[in-house]
Amino acid sequence: MLISLFGAFESGIIYAIMALGVYLSFRILDFPDLTVDGSFVTGAAVGAIAIINGVPPIIASIMAGAAGFIAGCLTGFLHTKGKINALLAGIIMMTALYSINLRILGQPTASMLNESTLFTQLKSLPSTWAIVLVMILVILFIKFLIDYYLKTEVGLALRATGNNKIMIRSLSANTDFLIITGMGVSNALVAFSGGLIAQYGGFADVNMGIGMIIIGLASVIIGESLFGTKTIVRATFAVIGGAIIYRIFVTMALRVDFLDTGDMKLITAILVITALVAPRMINARKEKKRKIRKRSELMQRKAGEA
Amino acid sequence: MLQLQDISITFNENTPDEKKALQSINFELQKGEFVTVIGSNGAGKSTLMNIISGNLIPDVGNVIINDKEVVDLPEYNRSKFIGRVFQDPMAGTAPSMTIEENLAMAYARNKKRKLKPGVTKKRRIIFKEYLETLNLGLENRLSAKVGLLSGGERQALSLLMATFTEPDILLLDEHTAALDPSRAELIIDITRDVVNKYNLTTLMVTHNMQQALDLGDRLFMMDKGEIILNVFQEEKDNLTIKDLMNEFQKKSGSQFESDRAVLV
Repeated sequence: MLISLFGAFESGIIYAIMALGVYLSFRILDFPDLTVDGSFVTGAAVGAIAIINGVPPIIASIMAGAAGFIAGCLTGFLHTKGKINALLAGIIMMTALYSINLRILGQPTASMLNESTLFTQLKSLPSTWAIVLVMILVILFIKFLIDYYLKTEVGLALRATGNNKIMIRSLSANTDFLIITGMGVSNALVAFSGGLIAQYGGFADVNMGIGMIIIGLASVIIGESLFGTKTIVRATFAVIGGAIIYRIFVTMALRVDFLDTGDMKLITAILVITALVAPRMINARKEKKRKIRKRSELMQRKAGEA
Repeated sequence: MLQLQDISITFNENTPDEKKALQSINFELQKGEFVTVIGSNGAGKSTLMNIISGNLIPDVGNVIINDKEVVDLPEYNRSKFIGRVFQDPMAGTAPSMTIEENLAMAYARNKKRKLKPGVTKKRRIIFKEYLETLNLGLENRLSAKVGLLSGGERQALSLLMATFTEPDILLLDEHTAALDPSRAELIIDITRDVVNKYNLTTLMVTHNMQQALDLGDRLFMMDKGEIILNVFQEEKDNLTIKDLMNEFQKKSGSQFESDRAVLV
């Protein structure tokens, strides 16, 4: 049990990088981006094939991110210049990427079992904590970069693009350019995460991205409803927390006897629905209680006056 | 400062819905001139604003700002020289961002945006000073989300954001129409103050005839895509609402008709 929770925490941190990417597109740019299902695999495929061909794992991971950046920019380009609806642009890219990923991999699955990856290198360190500690450092570094970026002049304009396009255009920001590069950065994070997951698991599979966008959304939504979104710093923290909690939850759910791996997508869907609906229901209940209390106070005051 | 030459634009050409929104508009504004624009519904006032701002490209004609032809510049490039306030108080600010972040975005309007922090200690002091001029207490709420402000406060903030970088042209598109009378008056006072303070070249569309007469030093009356009346300072000072109505009837051959026109 503890070992599997530890594993869930480890992979949760790696998936958190993907969740931060989804946060950028979904929350900051207000762009529900289905490219993620494809670009995650693109990252995994590029990383795996590079490593199999002898590229050092760190450089292979950066190449994975770069491939995602290109894919994201293309989706942004389709949406802004081609005037294609955001959802549709993502679906088109996702579909196209499936074939491209298969081309990169050359076969449906590529194994790295005998290759040296980032994680086999880390495992050679003496402590079992090595992977977790290094990944925590990596995710914190990425989080601080995003926090800083979103507070720069360019970052403010990016946030305004998702908030009020008319306004930021009247303030001389090129929203098309911001959307294209923003989608690029978002998918770079997703693909980087994909590259790491491939190294973590020792293989890249053309189908490993199915439902990835929902996992990303689940992480964002669970994190936001548990930790709040008051400031950017807090929201990015919430997303990371959400990704880890999601992993732990799924791991625990899979230990229940009557559930098996095939049920994972259903569990995810139910989790997302709960995370979306529960806070609203709790608030509605609080509000109702408050009103009842107010009314009874008024009745008492009236009774007192009489 | 601002020059429009032979601007024409037709919507839905060669269809039953064809509309000649603007028909060879020509005028030139000097630096610091403040023009109020009135006209009935569909006269082309908003189209005129959109053509100056770059939101619409005219079929023919030229827009010149500061001796530079800008008619082919996209909106985001042109807005380096143009400050704008919209009718909808929600349109001019980003609701889920803070007051200081909104001001920082406006501060970067005439500069190149860089990868350095938008809100700094130094800028915060500057923003505070500007906000104090509004007398709304917003200087104490720098880190409040703009979505929490009232319509009047948001419009005052929009006006500040549009003007404090001293744009070459200020476009006000019925910016008080969505506010109640006392808030509208406040916004008009602020408008008068900032336009005077920075000597801004201003074009203001309004449905309020009294506003059009009280403010500014020049007045356009538009009808069916044309400027049918163009009066300057002295002549404008002596005009009354009644004169305007008569003038409209004489020039256009119909009653001044606007469901939102405020006559008194």
